[in-house]
Amino acid sequence: MNIHEHNSLARRAFLGRTAQGVGGVALAALAAPRSLEAAPQRGVLPSLPLPQKAKRVIWLTMAGGPSHLETFDHKPKLAELDDQPMPESMTKGQQLAQLQGQKLICFGPQHPFKPMGPSGTHICELFPHIGSVLGDICLINSMTTDAINHDPAHMFMNTGSQIAGRPSMGSWVTYGLGSEAADLPGFVVLTSLGRGGQNQPIAARQWSSGFLPSKYQGVQLRGKGDPVLYLTNPNGITRERQGADIHAINLLNAQHDALTGDPEIATRIAQYEMAFAMQASVPGLMDMAAEGPQTLDLYGCKPGDGSFASNCLLARRLAERGVRFIQLYHKDWDHHGGVKDGIKFKAEEIDRACMALITDLKNRGMLDSTLIVWAGEFGRTPMSQGGSGRDHHNKAMTVWMAGGGIKGGIVHGASDDLGYAAVDKICTVHDLHATMLHCLGIQHDAFSVKFQGLDAKLTGVEKASVLKDILV
Amino acid sequence: MVHGFAGRRRGLSMLVIGLAYGWPIASPIIAAAAGPTAVEFNRDIRPILSDNCFSCHGPDSSHRQADLRLDLRDDAVAAGAIVPGKSAESTLVTRINVTDPDEIMPPPESHKKLDAKQKELLTRWIEQGAEYQKHWSYEPPVKADVPAGTNGIDHLVHKRLSALGLKPSAEADRRTLIRRLSFDLLGLPPTPEEVAAFEQDTTPDAYEKLVDRLLANPHYGERMAIGWLDVVRFADTCGYHSDKPRNIWPYRDWVIKSFNDNRPFDQFTIHQVAGDLLPDADQDSRVGSAFNRLLLSTDEGGAQAKDYEARMLTDRVRAIGATWLGQTTGCAQCHDHKFDPITARDFYSLGAFFADIQEGIIAQREDGMVVGTPEEHKRLAELDAALAAAKKNFDAIVPQLNVAQQQWEADLVAYKVMLPELAADSKASAGDKNLAKQVAASLAQEAAKRNGNDKKVLQDYFRTKATQLFKAERDGFAKAEQERNGFYASLAKCLVSVKSAAPRTVRILPRGNWMDETGEVIKPALPGYLPQPKIEGRELTRLDLAEWLVSRDNPLTARVVMNRLWKQFFGTGLSRVLDDLGAQGEPPTNPELLDWLACEFMDAKWDMKHMVRTIVTSATYRQTSVASSQLLAADPYNRELTRQSTFRVDAELVRDAALVSSGLFVPTIGGPSVKPYQPDGYWENLNFPVRTYPNDVGEKQYRRGLYTWWQRMFLHPSMVAFDAPSREECCAERTRSNIPQQALVLLNDPSYVEASRALAARLLTECSGSPEERMAWAWKRVLQRLPRVEEMETVMPLYRQQLAAYKADTKAADDLLKTGFASVPADIDKAELAAWTHVARVLLNLHETITRS
Repeated sequence: MNIHEHNSLARRAFLGRTAQGVGGVALAALAAPRSLEAAPQRGVLPSLPLPQKAKRVIWLTMAGGPSHLETFDHKPKLAELDDQPMPESMTKGQQLAQLQGQKLICFGPQHPFKPMGPSGTHICELFPHIGSVLGDICLINSMTTDAINHDPAHMFMNTGSQIAGRPSMGSWVTYGLGSEAADLPGFVVLTSLGRGGQNQPIAARQWSSGFLPSKYQGVQLRGKGDPVLYLTNPNGITRERQGADIHAINLLNAQHDALTGDPEIATRIAQYEMAFAMQASVPGLMDMAAEGPQTLDLYGCKPGDGSFASNCLLARRLAERGVRFIQLYHKDWDHHGGVKDGIKFKAEEIDRACMALITDLKNRGMLDSTLIVWAGEFGRTPMSQGGSGRDHHNKAMTVWMAGGGIKGGIVHGASDDLGYAAVDKICTVHDLHATMLHCLGIQHDAFSVKFQGLDAKLTGVEKASVLKDILV
Repeated sequence: MVHGFAGRRRGLSMLVIGLAYGWPIASPIIAAAAGPTAVEFNRDIRPILSDNCFSCHGPDSSHRQADLRLDLRDDAVAAGAIVPGKSAESTLVTRINVTDPDEIMPPPESHKKLDAKQKELLTRWIEQGAEYQKHWSYEPPVKADVPAGTNGIDHLVHKRLSALGLKPSAEADRRTLIRRLSFDLLGLPPTPEEVAAFEQDTTPDAYEKLVDRLLANPHYGERMAIGWLDVVRFADTCGYHSDKPRNIWPYRDWVIKSFNDNRPFDQFTIHQVAGDLLPDADQDSRVGSAFNRLLLSTDEGGAQAKDYEARMLTDRVRAIGATWLGQTTGCAQCHDHKFDPITARDFYSLGAFFADIQEGIIAQREDGMVVGTPEEHKRLAELDAALAAAKKNFDAIVPQLNVAQQQWEADLVAYKVMLPELAADSKASAGDKNLAKQVAASLAQEAAKRNGNDKKVLQDYFRTKATQLFKAERDGFAKAEQERNGFYASLAKCLVSVKSAAPRTVRILPRGNWMDETGEVIKPALPGYLPQPKIEGRELTRLDLAEWLVSRDNPLTARVVMNRLWKQFFGTGLSRVLDDLGAQGEPPTNPELLDWLACEFMDAKWDMKHMVRTIVTSATYRQTSVASSQLLAADPYNRELTRQSTFRVDAELVRDAALVSSGLFVPTIGGPSVKPYQPDGYWENLNFPVRTYPNDVGEKQYRRGLYTWWQRMFLHPSMVAFDAPSREECCAERTRSNIPQQALVLLNDPSYVEASRALAARLLTECSGSPEERMAWAWKRVLQRLPRVEEMETVMPLYRQQLAAYKADTKAADDLLKTGFASVPADIDKAELAAWTHVARVLLNLHETITRS
């Protein structure tokens, strides 16, 4: 049976097929829209084979490819070799992006590193706030990826494949687990721009549900205009007038259902209810006035400023409301040139916000059940590009994880002395996905959907491994 | 094949269990539950072996375990896995029945498990001799005998239904029939007048006449094009990174025209794959060859040419696989296919057919070929000639002009002449003053030290400001250039296939790795497991591939195309997996029917309209879609065609229906893609360059959905909401979802709000009766039927309530009526119009409105 049939039959089973039944639900909901406590959206996994450490994911995508060498991977040896030729033994015959075929010169880290956190881990001094919560964070310094250009690399990080058309990880997770949010989508995406001007494009396919049903696609929450596309009523139409129309639409649909028995009608009615509920709930979600100055100070944001920090605060609000997968994109990490100043901008934009998110969730008792992942789409070369920047690089990068199921205060794996290639406990993107699914209680190699003849999985065809060392 | 009632019951209960546990259900539910009849390899056994065993014991040699193949009978028998007639001696049977986790097959880590029914089938099949069959879709289709004068579809459907003990449903009513036909053949709802005419036509061939009329309607080509544009991934932008626009829309119009002109499908195919290589290649066939250019491309600075060369090759092979072969060729990019006999060599050999196509690997796409009328081409040739002549005249005077310039420069320097713009009392513009300053600065340099820009500044100034010499020649050249370029810019252009003199070298990429150049260099060749073309003594070309795709020997193309066509008219393919007719796909529920359609298609010389007519005039197509509860129980997914199906129309048609009902519809066919209203900032994540979305004004605002600008990275959100694919990959089958975003689009997207108020204005202008009569008018316009009593009782109070509200709040009415560009009739009461806008909006939001049944 394919998933569409499954859904269609499931709807028949759960919603019942009589017009009275459907109409009754509809009318009750519309009479008092906010009282609509629709059942959480169920996933397809009937029971989880593993303990569920994390109930939700907040994935912080640092788009553009952050330099591990100016953030979390300490390479004093690279500083020593600054301006010296890169050892040829390391780079011969390897895949580079814009540096392909050029003279390769070592480029020392552009900012000092300092010991921080309970174990005195050296991280870049531009990130003191993240340093202050290192006890909750597991740094993975041995991450690698297959792709080396932004677009395919994002696809690989999001879907486990470089070919378009595969479901994003947020879609996989909501497909498997459903969502606890009754009046919000289960998979929400937020984007923010950096001040450095290297804002790489991001395609909507990055949060596409691919071959899974569209209801699992990521829904973008926007900082400007309608927070959700088409959320706001047309000019002149009040909520009451909107409600009256939806009431009539649902009644007429229920009457039609009584005559035709089309199971899609019950779903259609439920979706109009959901849409109407979202029209009320999303503005409430976006209204951060209720947060109070202390919280706003913690994050360092102003309501409505569209910043990464604001989005982190929104992520917490979404998490509280039961959203399953929250993905933030913060752009402007593509430092082919001027990495020294570029990283400074980025640190100012994300350092406090990341700390605030961890702290805030912790204070609310939600960190244990929330998995936070910080990751770009690739790392950057230890070689200089144009004397001030670094090129794309897929052999070493840093990713960090915190919260549900993750051991804090540790560093997992290592790159070589120059930060060129991961050498100890080398991790792949599929391993990262496997670990995330593991924390959510999902056995990654048994979680598949038939697509083009394959048991398609987020973790791909080849064997992926859960990073057991980093689990609590 | 006889299936009793008990068999059906068992089939259903299996289905229910399968549902509860999320098991995949063997497709012909009923057949699988048949009693102790002969086991058939293709129907019963291959799906089990393919899904559970072939991954390690199949065609892929690199992953094969224990050197055992179960996909080839001789190998399986030689290895003792199968002892025909003796299941107890067959290790296959032993291994699937042991309990030891180290021994059991499939092994636990595969997360595959055989159920009792599957084990029993395998055992019985071996007992019966373990006969293999070639995979069904690789065998040539066989045309069943159909009694003369009978529709082959009906004959074969009824044959199967009577074997199953099922009966077809009655014919649908006329209103349903014309609405169904209009959506299926034109993608548009019928007008109430057309419905009335059909309902009143008592001639015996009324239906057939209607079908002929619709097939002759030029909107037919648009409707047919939608599915094709999905599968070939037609889009207006390049797809990767910057997602820049490219010139490609003439191909879309070519597809529409091909369907309208009923271009035989073999020609349709050949033009797309190799229209540039035909001996009589012309503009038309070359535009068809734009197919080869529809793939994703990039102009990202850091991209590696070899990487993208490999991506483009694989993209093209997947496209051939999806569009014509129904094979998931993509699997063989890295290794021999695990389930189908396609090897990595087959994959790259197919890719080698396209190595001759000129394509910038890391580049912005070129303008493409000018697509014009003969007059336009003539005019362009004239302008080109005029430009060449003017240039010749100009070139002739350049040496003298240069001498004059040198003299002028020397004089300025020698006599320290101040340029007039730099005089204290000059009234020259700031721009001119600035230019003059640059000239002065350039002059200050020694002639030998001037850079390119210095020289250009001096030359421009001299020629435009300082001299009258040869003015006629210079002006003539400038004018000719301007005229030619202006005219060229106004012409349509299209990326097309252009053969390169030096084809790219194609190697097998080990594990798909583009950095590994150790693989063998490969020449174009067709997949080894399919019948080969009879060409010897020369290298195969793209044209050979194109002709082979539609040769009678190819068992796949006709089946693949007919299976997709079937979906358009019944909601599901005969084989449900449209993009995979291989081992992991689904054998067709009615194989005889799919084969008959495929053969009929080829016998009729690939006549698409003939096939469409055959399908829609069948009694099977004309059945009602309303299912009795018995029918629903016996055939829950309508796989046996005991009725018609009900489904929501495609994204484009949701829009079209609203435009037609409201009267805003602009029926123009073809032309550049259009930009309907779109929320501000929706493109904010595009970059290089940053872009805004200037929505179209005037007629372009009201064009059919299929003309919507197809921005791959951010497809129009109302299209996305209704499952239109981004067309980054070939899409043989759209999902058909039912999500809250669809409600938000129909309720709040300005296109639909505007359609609602236009429909309301039309209703108030064209129908002058009572509110009830107007309600009936609106119902007929949108749904082509009268409202039922309970519907009237639902919607009249809404109208009165909204009317009262707007009478009390006229500003709100004003605000609502300002949505969209369409004018508001001056002589209509605004509150009245606003209230009817709500009624119209409710109608345009109904499930029935966007459903074809």
